[in-house]
Amino acid sequence: MIDAVPATDLRPPAIELTGIDKKFGAVHANKNVNLSVSAGSIHGIVGENGAGKSTLMSILYGFYEADGGKIRVKGEVVRIRSSREAISHGIGMVHQHFMLVEPLSVLDNVMLGAEGGSLLSKGAQATRKLLAKLGQDYGLDVDPDAIVGDLGVGLQQRVEILKALVRGAEILILDEPTAVLTPSEATHLFNMLRVLKSQGKTVILITHKLREIMDVTDQVSVMRRGEMVAHFTTAETSTSALADAMVGRKVLLRVEKGESHPGEVLLEARNLVVDDDFGVTRVHDVSFSVHAGEIVGVAGVAGNGQSELLEALAGIRPIKSGGLLVNGVEIRTAERNPKAMRAHSVVHVPEDRHKMGLVMAFEADESAILGFQDDRTFGKGLLLEPKAMISDLAAKMEAYDIRPRAPRLKTANFSGGNQQKIVLAREIEHTPKVLLVGQPTRGVDIGAIEFIHKKLIALRDAGKAILLVSVELDEISALSDRIIVMCGGEITGERRPENTNPQDLGMLMAGVKEVAA
Amino acid sequence: MSAPVELPKWADVVVIPLLNITLAFVISGLVVLMIGEDPIGATKLMITGSLGSLNGLGYTLYYATSFMFTGLAVAVAFKAGLFNIGGEGQAYFAGLGAALVGLNLGFLPAFIVVPLAIAASLLFGALWALIPAYLQAKRGSHIVITTIMFNSLATALMSYLLVNVLRKTGSMDPSTQIFAASSFIPRMKDVLGYFGFAAPETPLNLSLFLALITAFLVWVLIWRTRLGYEIRTVGANPHAAVYGGVSPARITILTMLISGALCGGLAVNALLGEAHRVQLDYTAGFGFVGIAVALMGRAHPLGIVLASILFGMLYQGGAELAFDKPKITRDMIMVIQGLVVLFGGALEGLFRKPLADFLNRIGMSG
Repeated sequence: MIDAVPATDLRPPAIELTGIDKKFGAVHANKNVNLSVSAGSIHGIVGENGAGKSTLMSILYGFYEADGGKIRVKGEVVRIRSSREAISHGIGMVHQHFMLVEPLSVLDNVMLGAEGGSLLSKGAQATRKLLAKLGQDYGLDVDPDAIVGDLGVGLQQRVEILKALVRGAEILILDEPTAVLTPSEATHLFNMLRVLKSQGKTVILITHKLREIMDVTDQVSVMRRGEMVAHFTTAETSTSALADAMVGRKVLLRVEKGESHPGEVLLEARNLVVDDDFGVTRVHDVSFSVHAGEIVGVAGVAGNGQSELLEALAGIRPIKSGGLLVNGVEIRTAERNPKAMRAHSVVHVPEDRHKMGLVMAFEADESAILGFQDDRTFGKGLLLEPKAMISDLAAKMEAYDIRPRAPRLKTANFSGGNQQKIVLAREIEHTPKVLLVGQPTRGVDIGAIEFIHKKLIALRDAGKAILLVSVELDEISALSDRIIVMCGGEITGERRPENTNPQDLGMLMAGVKEVAA
Repeated sequence: MSAPVELPKWADVVVIPLLNITLAFVISGLVVLMIGEDPIGATKLMITGSLGSLNGLGYTLYYATSFMFTGLAVAVAFKAGLFNIGGEGQAYFAGLGAALVGLNLGFLPAFIVVPLAIAASLLFGALWALIPAYLQAKRGSHIVITTIMFNSLATALMSYLLVNVLRKTGSMDPSTQIFAASSFIPRMKDVLGYFGFAAPETPLNLSLFLALITAFLVWVLIWRTRLGYEIRTVGANPHAAVYGGVSPARITILTMLISGALCGGLAVNALLGEAHRVQLDYTAGFGFVGIAVALMGRAHPLGIVLASILFGMLYQGGAELAFDKPKITRDMIMVIQGLVVLFGGALEGLFRKPLADFLNRIGMSG
């Protein structure tokens, strides 16, 4: 064991947590958690949503104080009561949602909170120098005068990392860093992390994507229901072993499905053109059809028109030109709204459940009628009937294993996977013909992913037409019977999953159109 | 960065307001002490002045009735994510509706005129909210700005009407004639007298019951109807509302109409129930106090009823205090009211975190 680790490990562990305990009322978020992160390593922490990863990191970064336990940084027992104290101990954090001021320049953002005196110029000069040096040392080049809002997501993340480094971070915590990145940006990020490691920095990587853990980490710790359940050396473990440890049982990473038996066309788009909110055309002349008993996957790097397409089909976004047919019936312009589309048995699982699919501030039973608030099941006349709403959701919670089984709990207090199941249950149980599904498993834990994938396959086998939009290629490949690839708002190709591979799809996603042989 | 502080419901609706009011009174007491008066005596005087006699109680509840209407108006708009600052103007314009019926349809029997006059008040209040609502819904003009503007417009319009059109001939007083008696809402004294109870002469009238019924109906609207669900959805997450087939523009207009109509309740209580004519600036800032009442009542009808009674006490008790203690002027009363608004409304988050931490420590949260 000793000879397998690099010499840097002679330093005391960068972080050592012993017996960390944290309760939020009745919720025991962290139970007696122990964790040791070797200096100069990349340490992954995995676990399902709600396993306590974020709470643990929030304690380490000073957002919460633990009810019990000890934190040692570089061997010394410390108390961290605020992010300022965390920074002073050399701990930096890159949040999943960036904390950047978009209209300001990179330099301004990096300096924010560390301006160094009341006059800016001196601090600005020093920071500019420091940025240049960091750029050289770590290959983190960013134009200090660029406006942050103009930068791509990958570069914005780099600015976040620079912010931490400028403040002298020796230990860097990254919370779900790849959630917003394209595959190539993610690769860049990991290369960056390897450089940081080679320069002696310590990285803690929180994620639930197991492939990333296997790719980049040295050690990995698994959390489940507030407890640290296992520690592995990455080289000595496998994705399936990690998945099993996370969920606490055997998990199927790839869902099994049989032959598809496509029937009549249920959804047909003809030469659709769709604009975004700013009047920029994001979908150019897109035509396709989805048959009964078929899953059609729409692959593509995020931001290539898939979202606008999905919203247009759901009636949320106006269709500029083109035709839309459901079950052979032309949908007239007047009917292109969410209510009418639902009346046509088209249901929609939106890409962003926080922004669109649910009302976080509502109790779950109220979120569970969104879009169906006029339905007779939920009340008489003008009135809603809370009892009917609650019993309806209670039944769905049973059928979809939504935990906790508390219809009156606030929507925001469910984990991501359970929130997604609430959306799915609501949409699926309204006997749709066509399902529009966006990012069904984004931010969803492994156990729930398996459930959701099985459910979608079952719906396909029951003769529904399903259009699946996802940025996860694995998901598209595993579920789809046909794959449409979009780039720049156009369809660049169509494939059957058995006749393609990630490289081939990647080419189409990058906009390399098929050339007639 | 920290998550919103979650408290158990009982702490949220009972303990927090109590703590805030207590702090407001402690600081008010210090101010009273600074000007050389006895704060405990002043407090006693305020309480006996507002609750200690049937006369005081009558005035307290009369003021409270007005605050219930304007408070509910602000709360309903708030649920749709709209900040209706225009209660003052909407209530003022509602007075015109009350006057048109009260002055012109008096020949009809009371059981027809009173409902008509009430309906006209509500309708005119709603109308004054319609244009800001339309501009917000269809043009994106911010409702805060437009409703403030419409307060000024209402003042100008009503001044013009009262001076040039509605003033009774030969009078220097810019006010309308007394409404026809058939449009009066019965006084509480007369109603009680009918049942054989003697009560002093106060402005309190049956509008109080109307306000309480309205509070209940607002609760039903917001929490029990499909429309209320849509209003809350638009307020909590407009994207989700669109996704759910709800038009935020439609809800914005509907909600503002309801809010404006509720402001019309001020005309019902103050004009049909008490003054029986429209005077210049009859609204006297009650529309604005509605904002404080709604904040303090946490935009919940029950909270608003309670907050209205508290503000009614402050108004009535304050008047008594200013009358009895020359050192404590009307301005002083304004300071005390201001402090209650400050701690009860604006600084309502002050005790949330400490209380949550305390409850956590003694294991009573959740």
